[in-house]
Amino acid sequence: MTALIETALSVNGERRILDVEPRTTLLDALRGIGLTGTHAGCEHGACGACTVLLDGETVRSCLVLAGQCGGREVTTIEGLGTPDALHPVMESFRRCHGLQCGFCTPGMVLTAVELLDENPSPTEAEVREALSGNICRCTGYAGIVAAVLDASSSVVSE
Amino acid sequence: MKPPPFELLLATSVAEVVGALAADDGAKVLAGGQSLVPLLALRLARPTVLVDVNGLDLAGIEVVDGEVRIGALVRHRRLERDATVRASAPLLAQAAALVGHPAIRHRGTLGGSIAHADPVAELPAALLALGGSVVVEGPDGRRTIRANQLFEGFLTTSISPDELLVEVRVPAAGPSTRTAFCEWAPRVGDFAVAGVALVLDDSSVRAAVCGVATRPVDISDAFAPLMGAPLSDAVVAEVAARVRAACAGDDDRAELAALLAVRALREVA
Repeated sequence: MTALIETALSVNGERRILDVEPRTTLLDALRGIGLTGTHAGCEHGACGACTVLLDGETVRSCLVLAGQCGGREVTTIEGLGTPDALHPVMESFRRCHGLQCGFCTPGMVLTAVELLDENPSPTEAEVREALSGNICRCTGYAGIVAAVLDASSSVVSE
Repeated sequence: MKPPPFELLLATSVAEVVGALAADDGAKVLAGGQSLVPLLALRLARPTVLVDVNGLDLAGIEVVDGEVRIGALVRHRRLERDATVRASAPLLAQAAALVGHPAIRHRGTLGGSIAHADPVAELPAALLALGGSVVVEGPDGRRTIRANQLFEGFLTTSISPDELLVEVRVPAAGPSTRTAFCEWAPRVGDFAVAGVALVLDDSSVRAAVCGVATRPVDISDAFAPLMGAPLSDAVVAEVAARVRAACAGDDDRAELAALLAVRALREVA
């Protein structure tokens, strides 16, 4: 057992001090403090389910070590909205049936939020390309793409 | 799967990195981690110490004496968008945009991709096509390795285990320089099956291909018919035939490389 690394970071705006093994991924560290909205899928960077924002940019939390995150800001799906106050993109996923089992949804939503921040009015092709790193095995993607396009107008009109 | 145990050193200087690499044969550099961490998760790599270089100041981008100098830690997403890179080393921006997905490009680094030397990776092929070089620092100081001396085989370079790649250098694009990177992958963001990097100006043409061998291959000679001749269908066919011959060994990939070479040619013509 290697020595634990004390890592101080901000998670969803809250300062946290984590004692992690060197090999602990950001994904496992987040789930370890109860933020289980970040889903562990393939755990080697292929599926996108564990996507979070690191200093405002999407990253795969399975490909970042928690010990590398000292002083950084992490935003997980829990930091984006709550059941009582859905983020507009979450609301669009609900409205457009953009989820079935929900496993890929946190990664899809965070990826979509970043897309819409950078490109508020994407075409369908741009949405599909932006989501191409996130795998969904239920929906056939139609509802997800519809949700992001729906959110594009609602985000713009805010 | 979870990575096997290792020590993590959060390095703050190149000297500290070099010292750690020299002190332990099992030490390995961790930059963006987008290739290494999957290898750890799949337990295909078992380093004793990971030397994290993300705290080093190696993210500069500047043009000096006709040469673009890019710090090893510049991430793909920045390479893709940076105004200096787009103006002075457009092939690197084009190649970076084809690496994985944005979430990968936010982390992956130029130096990491080149040092990893994946035979299907875009940036090593781009570096070779540009006739660039890398600056590495080891226990005996710094040295420069030209791209044509760098890539030795599958995931293997001429960088010593105790050296750190600190900078990438490529000739700055001139007024007549045109570049293209064309690849084919089964899905956007997937590993490419093959890709062709092309750099053309009024007096020279250089090109490299990835995905057809255990390392990127210089196929500049295949484009020689372009020089001093108008771009006719016959010239294009001759280039395609030469690319096919240069990539011999796997008929499908050779055919794909020829097709991509023609596509790159049409893009810059």
